[in-house]
Formats: sequence, C-alpha cells, structure tokens
Amino acid sequence: MATQHSRSAARIMMAPAVILLLGWMLVPLTMTLYFSFKKYLPLRGGDLGWVGFDNYVRFVSSSAFWPSIQTTLIIVGGVLLITVVLGVLLSMLLDQPMWGQGVVRILVIAPFFVMPTVSALVWKNMFMDPVNGLLAYLWKFFGAQPVEWLSDASIFSIVLIVSWQWLPFATLILLTAIQSLDSEQLEAAEMDGAPPLSRFGHIVLPHLSRAITIVVLIQTIFLLAIFAEIFVTTQGSFGTKTLTYLIFQRVLESQNVGLGSAGGVYAIILANIVAIFLMRIVGKNLDA
Amino acid sequence: MGQITLNQITKSFGEVQVIPPLDLQIEDGEFVVFVGPSGCGKSTLLRLIAGLEDVTTGEILIDGNEATRVPPAKRGLAMVFQSYALYPHMSVRKNIAFPLRMAGIDKETQKAKVEAAAKVLNLTDYLERKPGQLSGGQRQRVAIGRAIVREPAAFLFDEPLSNLDAALRVNMRLEISELHNSLETTMIYVTHDQVEAMTMADKIVVLRAGVIEQVGTPLELYHTPRNTFVAGFIGSPKMNFLTGAFAEEYGTDTIGIRPEHLDVSQSEGKWSGVVSVSEHLGSDTFLHVDVNGLPDPVTVRATGEFGVRHGDTVHLTPDTSKIHRFDKQGLRIA
Repeated sequence: MATQHSRSAARIMMAPAVILLLGWMLVPLTMTLYFSFKKYLPLRGGDLGWVGFDNYVRFVSSSAFWPSIQTTLIIVGGVLLITVVLGVLLSMLLDQPMWGQGVVRILVIAPFFVMPTVSALVWKNMFMDPVNGLLAYLWKFFGAQPVEWLSDASIFSIVLIVSWQWLPFATLILLTAIQSLDSEQLEAAEMDGAPPLSRFGHIVLPHLSRAITIVVLIQTIFLLAIFAEIFVTTQGSFGTKTLTYLIFQRVLESQNVGLGSAGGVYAIILANIVAIFLMRIVGKNLDA
Repeated sequence: MGQITLNQITKSFGEVQVIPPLDLQIEDGEFVVFVGPSGCGKSTLLRLIAGLEDVTTGEILIDGNEATRVPPAKRGLAMVFQSYALYPHMSVRKNIAFPLRMAGIDKETQKAKVEAAAKVLNLTDYLERKPGQLSGGQRQRVAIGRAIVREPAAFLFDEPLSNLDAALRVNMRLEISELHNSLETTMIYVTHDQVEAMTMADKIVVLRAGVIEQVGTPLELYHTPRNTFVAGFIGSPKMNFLTGAFAEEYGTDTIGIRPEHLDVSQSEGKWSGVVSVSEHLGSDTFLHVDVNGLPDPVTVRATGEFGVRHGDTVHLTPDTSKIHRFDKQGLRIA
C-alpha cells in the first residue's frame, strides 16, 4: 500500500541510514577538497594559507607520479589476469562432482577471510623470506640460489600475494555462473561435433562473460586501493609505489597534507573513469 | 541410412539397474516413439542411443556397424532436446550453422544449407535474431533446423513438445510428421503423451521400468494390448478394467473395455449405474458412471450430445467382440 502516508513514513525511517552514509562520504570528500587547495604542513608551520592549484601541479609534475600510475596499472592488470584465468579453470574443476565437495569449496574461499595485512605478513615471512621462507627451502632443495622475492621480483611478488587473496572471490562468482549453465547445451554441442576445447570456447566462455565482467569491475575498484600489502612488504621501494601509496607518503612521510589531498582527488577521478568505463561494458552485457 | 539395433543393452547407475537387458530393432526410415510414464527409462534409452550415456553392457549397432563406444558426434545422429538447448549468445543463423562449422564445412556451403533449412522451417525472417527473442514454437524449429543441416542418419527427439502450449503442440506434431514424410529419415521420439505416440508413430515402444512391455503399430497396441499396462496406457480416455463377478462371466480375472466400446442408454442395458461426472465436449460426451459392485467409476464415451446429469441413472452394454480378457498376471488371453 503505497499511500502518501506510508511513503512519507518510509522516508523518515530510511533517513538515519541515508544521512549517516552521506555524512560518512561527504565529510571526508569535502575535507580532501578543502586541504587540496591549501599549503598545510602539520609539523612545519601548520596551515600556511590558500595556494590555488599549486598542489595539483606539483603532484603531477613530481618524478614519482607517472611511475606510480604505471605500477598501479601493472598490479591491477596482473591480478585481474591471474584471478580471471585461474578463476575460470578452478571454478570448472570445482563444478565437477567429487568426494568432499563441500569442504573443498569452503577451503577454496578461505584466503578471502584472511586480513590483507596478515596475508602479506605470512607471505613475506613464511614463503618469500630468502633465508627462512618455504620458497627458499624449495629452491635450495633443487640446488638453486634462493630468490630475494621482495627486492628482485617485487611487483610480481605483490601481484602474487594480492592474486592469492582475490582468487577465491573470482572463483566463487564464476562457480555460481558455471552452475547455471544448462547441461543440455553442452550435450547439444557435443552431439554437434564440438570437441572439448570448442565447447569451452563457444558455450562455456560466452556463458561466463557476464560474470567475468562483474568480477573485473568489482576487483578493479578494490585493487586500485590496495595498500596494506605494499606497506607490509616493500614499503613502496623497488618500484612498487602505487598511486595510493604515493598519496600516503606525501601525507605521512613528507607531512604535506595539501599535496596528498590533491593526489587523493586525482585518485577519485581515476577510479571514476574506470568505474564509468566498466559500468558501460557491464550495462551492455546485462542487456543481452 | 538409419538402421539401429540394440543388443542386450543394460544401463546401471551405481547399484541401480535402470535398464535390464533390452533388445530392439529400428528399421531405416521408421518413426519410432518411446512412450511410458515418467521415470520408465525412455529418456535414458534415447541418451544411450545418442551416446550421451555409456551403456553398461550390450552393444549398439548403427547401420550394422558397432557403435557402442563411438563418441556421440561420430554416430551421425542429431538430437532435439526438451529445453531446445539453443546457444543463447548466437543468432539463429549461427545456431543452425554450428554443427556445420564444427565439421569444418566452407562458408558458402554453410550459408546455402542454413538458408535451405530455414526455408523448410519458416525461419527465414528470423535468422538474425537471438533465441531469446523467439517464441517457444520458433525456438523448437531452430532446434530442429540445427538437427536437419547435419543430414543425420536418424533424428532423436527428447520430449520436444512438452514445453509448448496445447494448440502449438498440435501444430508442431503435424509439422514433425510432415518433416518425417519429406525427409524419410529414421526418427526416434520420446514422449509420455500417448496421443503424440498414437498420432505420429509408425512403431510404438511402450516402456515400463526400463522393460519393453510391447512393440507394435499404434493400432496393434490399441486392438491387441499384450497386458493390462499397455491396455491402460494406450487410448484416451483410459480403458476400464472390471474384476470380480463382471469378469467371471467371461471366464477370467480381469476384463478390459474401452469407453468407446460401451453402449449407453437411459432405458435398458446390461449394467446400470449412477452418473457422477459428465463432460460435454460437443462432439462427444464422457460419462463417469459409478456401477454397483465396482471400486472405480466406469468411463463411457457417448457420441454427440447426451443429456444426462450428475445423479441420473444410466445403463451400459459392452460390445462383446471388443472385450479384452486378462489373466491373473495381467497378460492378455487370446
């Protein structure tokens, strides 16, 4: 009964949640915009007045800016590639009837429950440590020189850690998609003479395309903001400084809030460009 | 060519044997219908022939060649599925061309064959559409088109009409029959609907729990059902079975009489009873009559309009030459 009365009652009841969410979003956003136009150095004189677009120009013209964009794109792209490819393969594997299916599926999701900080620490100290790490033992077992993962293959190491965390998410979404595939379609294709690889390419992959775009969209938005993994492992050295990490360094290490805020505004713009771009792809896919 | 021989076929899922040893011969060009209640193994039998399920023991011969372990694509059979199983992301054209594409046939031939099939099935105007934009009947035709272009040795239909509404089902039934007449290819058709079986088949195979109860032409099954199961399954409305004193009069345990072989009158007859429900169809009137001494009501067909109502008394007289007699095991007594 959507009468005038019940509608206004609904509005009043939703108001606290809406106000809270708006405040949560608007206050930090306004503060970021406010500081981005100021020269604000907390330990070196505090608020030194308005500077116009100075911070924006300085942030972009810094020698660290473009490398950080490149690093961000490499990490996001690498993680997406690994999680989608392995996610498709893993979800097809998990879709097969097998003994202990329920337990195996829960175990597969498990990495997603581990906090980013914890998983980065575990990887850093238990796997990738060149002296005590499991991978170092493995290398030594085969008589090879252990790899110093976090300094020699730093970006790859971080991609590996983040992929490990996000693979369960991709697998889970793709598994539900694959379970909704009508088995008669596969049988029809089999009767039509399609060998297994063609069946995958012509039937399974198109069926998964929508789920894959959703995985890519959601992961991109979260991956643009990864921070803990870098902070815990390389602290931004060895070419692992992403845009997020650069902003962190500007604000906390250089104690330049204004410059960092300008970077934050750039990050908002970048994330929105990606989001709009991906929304259009998803929208097109959802129409079909 | 499409001659299929099943030799002592069995199928078990784990411990459960769904098809006990079974023999069947399907001749080239025949329209064979597998019919039976749900769960009788008719779809499993079709999938065994298609190769989508492996037989447990026994052998399948297609045109005299051993095909038991041949993969489905190599058997030269085409199947139309209950859900149509069209590829949703491909246009109708691509759906129909898919088997040709998989066989590596050149583009020109593909195009010609797809268009020929579309013409036969009245799909020419819909070739660029996606399956999601088609009605149920059109989707059904696309599925048939995809089967036709392969020029298979035999067509397999797995309850293809069960998702269509009643009017469309009658149309598609005719279209499939016409298709069979023009292609003269073997067709194996699975259904639980005995009307489809009676109207389309050259040969009906009645199945119950994986066992073939009877094989024969529609009229053979109608006139000389081998047992009470076949007698009850074929024919609509169902045959009436009478036991006790009614059957003893004819020297057996059970007699069967079809509703159309009972003469009904309001004045006199051999048995009398009270009308419980009368269904007026215009062309016929079906009466459900409670006869004294029988557990189930007797169904009677009266031609044309027959003006009786609930609670009226009527008298029934069977056509003695049309009475079927069955023994204790339910088998027919000649």
